Amino acid sequence: MDFLDIFLTVGFWAATVRMATPLIFGTLGELICERAGVLNLGIEGIMTMGAMVAWMWVYQGGDLWTGILVAALLGAAIGILHSGFSVYMGLSQHVTGIGITLLSMSLSYFSFRMLLPGISTPPKITPFAPWPVPGLSEIPVIGEALFTQTPLTYLAFLAIPAVAWLLYRTPIGLAVRTVGENPMAVEAQGINVFHLRTGAVAVGSALMAVGGAFLTVSVFDAFYFDMVNGRGWISIALVIFASWHPGKALLGALLFAAFDALQIRVQQASDIAIPYQFFLMMPYVMSILALIVMSRRAAYPKALLTPFRRGER
Amino acid sequence: MRLEARHDIPLWMSAVAPALAVLAAMILCSALILWAGFSPFLAYAALIKGGFGSVFALSETLVRATPLILTGLAAAIAFRAKLWNIGAEGQLYAGALAATFFGTGMITLPPVLMIPFLFAVGAVAGGLLLLVPALLKAHLRVDEVVTTLLLNFIVLLFVNYLLFGPWKDPMAMGWPQGRPIVDEGVLPNILAKTRLHAGLFFAIAAAIAAWALMRFGVLGLEIRATGHNPEAARFAGIPITATTLKTALISGGLAAAAGVTEVAGTKGYLTLDISPGFGYTGIAVAMLAGLHPLGVIAAALFIAGIYNGADAMSRAIGVSNYIADVLTATSLLLVLLAMMLTRYRLRRG
Repeated sequence: MDFLDIFLTVGFWAATVRMATPLIFGTLGELICERAGVLNLGIEGIMTMGAMVAWMWVYQGGDLWTGILVAALLGAAIGILHSGFSVYMGLSQHVTGIGITLLSMSLSYFSFRMLLPGISTPPKITPFAPWPVPGLSEIPVIGEALFTQTPLTYLAFLAIPAVAWLLYRTPIGLAVRTVGENPMAVEAQGINVFHLRTGAVAVGSALMAVGGAFLTVSVFDAFYFDMVNGRGWISIALVIFASWHPGKALLGALLFAAFDALQIRVQQASDIAIPYQFFLMMPYVMSILALIVMSRRAAYPKALLTPFRRGER
Repeated sequence: MRLEARHDIPLWMSAVAPALAVLAAMILCSALILWAGFSPFLAYAALIKGGFGSVFALSETLVRATPLILTGLAAAIAFRAKLWNIGAEGQLYAGALAATFFGTGMITLPPVLMIPFLFAVGAVAGGLLLLVPALLKAHLRVDEVVTTLLLNFIVLLFVNYLLFGPWKDPMAMGWPQGRPIVDEGVLPNILAKTRLHAGLFFAIAAAIAAWALMRFGVLGLEIRATGHNPEAARFAGIPITATTLKTALISGGLAAAAGVTEVAGTKGYLTLDISPGFGYTGIAVAMLAGLHPLGVIAAALFIAGIYNGADAMSRAIGVSNYIADVLTATSLLLVLLAMMLTRYRLRRG
């Protein structure tokens, strides 16, 4: 297959949109946390937890949508735990985040082993089926790529304008953006900085968990250890790449997913003898390159990483 | 409720705080053991016996503690300078790669030279691997947390490529492992009938050296000042960028030395699983030790004992050995809290 032919296949574009989904959820979730001034390094663990819990819920006979809801609620709960340390106690966001990731991952693995002891091949569930959008899905190429996805993908694409609207067009969005820049100003308005940041981290973490759940109940049909595979860390890079804007986050996630879809196809099609491990490295290399290009101009939320203590300047 | 800073922290408090945090973590995790349907007392008894209960168990715990001391030191020193090196796992494998590259026949020296040589090339490889994110941080403001984390994946895939490709040992019956380290480079065994090797001495010496550096060295002062208040440090004439880069070389080198002890000591050859997350667990070790280099030895021993004990316990009674990871993560979070409560007191109102 010729290199350029890949871009003409529907499969490539459909895969791009599909692979962008968990990154969109992860990036939006992290973006909300960071806009409120909290770096959430718990993302990798929260996504793993979401993937495990949603899958386990369905495997135990639960409904797919309830599984997503349970994952989101658990994600929010872990977010609140993160806030307990990072917001209320003002502890190091770096160490808290790594601790939350280690805790959520190990709890996921422990629960999986406890509920399904002695299983070597991961059991399967019936995942979400594609929902072709009537009419739109019949447009050639674009329709097939964009409108024959699973419902969570549509939800991810709807979440972007929703988060943008929330952040830029509502009073609560204004408060969230301000608390990440200047918490004193929010305090002066009579808004509780601690509650506001906690709310943002809880919502952001819920989105991360849904991103993880997408992996087990939409793309794949089983839970594997290490299946999140750095998608959380890549999302953190994408937030910087997107300079904390939801619209640019979509662009970043799509670019990234397109690249990922491309490397798989080149890897399968090429008769060049490049070992597959080098193709698998590309997403991580790309993330680092994107960071190098974007970081110098990055306008971090001013109060990011700074804990707020009442009466302290 | 509000927090009020304590003016002087009694010494006993900073020693008791981590112990209390660990105890609290054990109590919290007993809920999981109860969920699994076992008595927490029996489970913890089995865990402690499996980790520390016999000469053999102790020797295995020391074997596991060796790389953990080194990755713990790597995190402790970097975190002191607020250089958030979460890439110890990748640096460990970089050290292991360097030791395999030079130690499997390319160069053969007498053991007194060969072993230090392997540690040196390993440390250089790990130091350089961390130097890249540190340079990016210092000059281009690239966040080192994400870059060090992502480099872990890249290095691991590279090891995967080498072990399934050009470096695969043809004598290994198809297993993806590197050629054995030449006899001159193998760390000598120090206790008969156990796997305990001289890497332990190296790790302890490294901890003492790191302590001396942080306590008496000029660089130690510069590292602490950079981490504590970079603005003030710059004003006092401390070269922030140079300090960050030196910290990176030391921290990466220490993490890489853990790769050398595993390849040249515990295993004797490179595999894809020489590290079950030693790089990440090192962060918990460093935090439990309050970032104190000598405390790292004790914390590494304790964590290694938990992991080995959990393996033994899961064989004896059916509680999954992932309980060790849960315990470690819970301890990490609680010790963070405990250390803060030694610095502040809670006041009502």
